[in-house]
Amino acid sequence: MTPLAAPTTVENCLTRNEWICGAYYSSRAGELGQALLQHLGIVVVSVLLGLVVAFPLALLARRYRRLEGLVVGTTTAIYTIPSLALFSLLVPLTGLGVETVVLGLGLYSLTILVRGMLDGFRGVPAEVRESAAGMGYGAGRMLLRVELPLALPTIMGALRVATVSTVALTTVGAILDEGGLGDLLVDGQLSDFKAEVLTTSVLCVLLAVALDLVLVAAQRVLTPWATRPAA
Amino acid sequence: MNGVLSWFTDPAHWRGASGVPTLLLQHSLLTAAALLLAVLLGLPTAVWLGHRHRGGTALVNFANVGRAVPVIALLSLLALGFVGSADLGPFGRAGMATLITLALFALPPIVTSTYVGMTGVDPEIVEAARGMGMSELRLLRDVELPLALPMVVSGLRLALVQVWATATIAAIVAGPGLGRIITHGYDSDSPSEVIAGSIIVAVIALLLELGMVLLQRAVDPLPAHSR
Repeated sequence: MTPLAAPTTVENCLTRNEWICGAYYSSRAGELGQALLQHLGIVVVSVLLGLVVAFPLALLARRYRRLEGLVVGTTTAIYTIPSLALFSLLVPLTGLGVETVVLGLGLYSLTILVRGMLDGFRGVPAEVRESAAGMGYGAGRMLLRVELPLALPTIMGALRVATVSTVALTTVGAILDEGGLGDLLVDGQLSDFKAEVLTTSVLCVLLAVALDLVLVAAQRVLTPWATRPAA
Repeated sequence: MNGVLSWFTDPAHWRGASGVPTLLLQHSLLTAAALLLAVLLGLPTAVWLGHRHRGGTALVNFANVGRAVPVIALLSLLALGFVGSADLGPFGRAGMATLITLALFALPPIVTSTYVGMTGVDPEIVEAARGMGMSELRLLRDVELPLALPMVVSGLRLALVQVWATATIAAIVAGPGLGRIITHGYDSDSPSEVIAGSIIVAVIALLLELGMVLLQRAVDPLPAHSR
């Protein structure tokens, strides 16, 4: 989209192509809001997908030593593949839609989350486990009532990293026109539209910061015994 | 799949300004130059801060901010802003903007890993070295740095993978490099070209990662079983 919303006779910040432009915000507020919502939706679904897959994988890797190398090695290899290439390699499987972007982002967050979960479980002191076993805790209750709460600060740290990186990486979805704010960002860059580029860039960073703060707050609520969340 | 195979065997894709060798050279040059820039800037800073055990929080914050900024955003802002999208010698179109973007994205992993490596050196070893009368410079060069080296290389590995990926993304908006095969494939509705380009980029990324893992093992002054 080119910056010519106003008639050519009117001289304003759009026609002068300024970085900061009130006329742009007021005329494109709807479009920006929609992109922001799509961006948020993609991030939330991708990270949840990663979380849902990462948890059983981490449990399996912890239970069976031999699987740990396989799980960590495979997820690390996926993480190594550049996002643009990973999304593109998924296209034959999932098509040109938003599903491909969500799946790709889910795979990236999976890597961070599996590692965070394994680190978190590893950090549970052996004495605590022994005491719980001595008190008659079975494997399931031990996991939910003892190990998970103790591993939670580390897991939440990984979740924050995964979420913030996913917000940034979502913009690469613009290659499939499913990148949320990234679509407008790329459009702005290709049409030399400064206000659009700056606005969408700032919104991306603000979204990442906002989600990070939400997770920090969630961590405080979930682990009231911890004085301070791990950085 | 047949389409992908014939893309690879078509000699037209292996010569000229948009042929694989030219783009690969651009991509590699960009990656190497950005990494070098980031090392020159970040390594001495992180080694010194780590030696003094100072500035850890600032470095963590710097890395967090870096994670939140999309590659496309920084590159677009630079290309439309004061750097511009002009070609830069062998780096190709929007070379300067791309180079600066890549170097900035390479900084956080180098700086944080080096800092963690330096501050992770056993304080008793440092004390023993000081007790032996080592100067600060010798302590840093002969004791702390060798012990921190595996972490330094680990940071380089993360940075290398990051820069390689970032250089690929650069093609979406302005940049040169192998990502252009992929974007050209999308623009010309050629799935084979998209897949072929992605395979090239992904395979090299995996090889780089593997090479760095081996290097990381090689530089470890303590054999694995002694830990």
